[in-house]
Amino acid sequence: MRYSVFSVLGQALRGQRDWKPHWRDVAPRTEYDVVIVGGGGHGLATAYYLAKEHGITNVAVLEKSHVGSGNVGRNTTIVRSNYGLAGNIPFYEHAMKLWEGLEADINYNAMVSQRGVLNLFHSDAQRDAYARRGNAMRMAGVDGELLDREGVRAMVPFIDFDNARFPVKGGLLQRRGGTVRHDAVAWGYARAADERGVDIVQNCAVTGIRRENGRVTGVETSRGFIRAGKVGISVAGSSSLLAGMVDMRLPIESHVLQAFVSEGVKPLIDCVMTFGAGHFYVSQSDKGGLVFGGDIDGYNSYAQRGNLATIEDVMEGGMALWPGLGRLRLLRHWGGIMDMSMDGSPIIDRTDIGGLYLNAGWCYGGFKATPAAGFCFAHTIARDEPHPVSAAYRLDRFATGHLIDEKGMGAQPNLH
Amino acid sequence: MRIRCPHCGERDNGEFSYLGDAAPVRPDGMEAEAAAMHDYVYLRDNPAGAIRELWYHGAGCRGWLVVTRDTRTHAISDVAPARDVALARRKGEAA
Repeated sequence: MRYSVFSVLGQALRGQRDWKPHWRDVAPRTEYDVVIVGGGGHGLATAYYLAKEHGITNVAVLEKSHVGSGNVGRNTTIVRSNYGLAGNIPFYEHAMKLWEGLEADINYNAMVSQRGVLNLFHSDAQRDAYARRGNAMRMAGVDGELLDREGVRAMVPFIDFDNARFPVKGGLLQRRGGTVRHDAVAWGYARAADERGVDIVQNCAVTGIRRENGRVTGVETSRGFIRAGKVGISVAGSSSLLAGMVDMRLPIESHVLQAFVSEGVKPLIDCVMTFGAGHFYVSQSDKGGLVFGGDIDGYNSYAQRGNLATIEDVMEGGMALWPGLGRLRLLRHWGGIMDMSMDGSPIIDRTDIGGLYLNAGWCYGGFKATPAAGFCFAHTIARDEPHPVSAAYRLDRFATGHLIDEKGMGAQPNLH
Repeated sequence: MRIRCPHCGERDNGEFSYLGDAAPVRPDGMEAEAAAMHDYVYLRDNPAGAIRELWYHGAGCRGWLVVTRDTRTHAISDVAPARDVALARRKGEAA
């Protein structure tokens, strides 16, 4: 069913009774050309682009729980392409361009809102660093503006500009950045992939990966063995567990990141604002809740929940920047498991095992990458070679020294 | 999550800093192959379950600790001073 203003009006007249499920709930067949492990945003996007760009439709997406139960339903919905390193800029800009055309492409309202992403700075040194990053972006054709203090004041007059430790001196603004309704991204890609013949199999956990003569032959699952010509792993925080099934150790640690939503209030802030120095960022959802977060908890975890010390740290950061927040009540908070890589950048690559591909290491930034990660992972699987904009995301870069360390933190995942 | 420091007693985890998995052992830099150093610096087991890891009690005794913790539940089963763990390991290597 195509969605349009006419289908919405027609359903309204018929009492909303004739809507069809977004995708078929199917049992797995015994064999596929490609099996994607992980029914999150990345896995579903990969399946969609395999079908759309490469004509490979005999594809299954295996999800251990339900679509949207992992990080695609647990993030803070921000999209941006304000990166500073050569390996990252073209990839994230490709993602931004795909976001801009996404709704028309998949005929689904993902509520793409280019409301601007504003990174605040507080010192001359930080201003220089942001000017450099903005210049790197602009040289690559990405939009970026360096705002002075008054420019920031015009956008967010309610923050504390004269904080004793971190006075606000200005900001780096990417106007094309913003937010996207995260659940709708999962549902939209699932529906679009399903329409092109992809089987989306929920409640199907992969328990093993079968190999013969150095080549993958299929996956053992909680619903039986499924033969596959190619297998793509796209499981975020569980990447090391899947890699362990083929005796691979990854340059990844799994960490928990918490996020928060306040009670709904009238419009307060019309952009995404980040306070990196204070470990706090915030935007406002269309329902009115302030959506905010900070750093990862900083210890290995698969628990999808965090601890109070980090919550206190995030609240302190928020209060330091925006004292008015103290009047709001917290509505809910949650945690997701991040696949923190050793240089803070992702991996989209083949593996040493024939027919086995890996999409991992997204740290806390996987959501904004969803369309391009799917696009490039599909390309890598279909053509057996990297896509030009993701060519730097090699699995072997840690051995060859071609690291992409945007924050310059070194091999310490909890600091990225 | 609260960590029972052997010197200070049970304390909030906000008092501690985290280094990571205590299992990797640094190879001899002059002797080791580049591949061995790569494995030590970059590759991790990243288990879902029990892990022994290094924590630093910066807001307390400033001691390094080896904490045994379940990454699925955050339940802590053992805490020992890192010095004791290192000495025991050296003893094991000498034996």
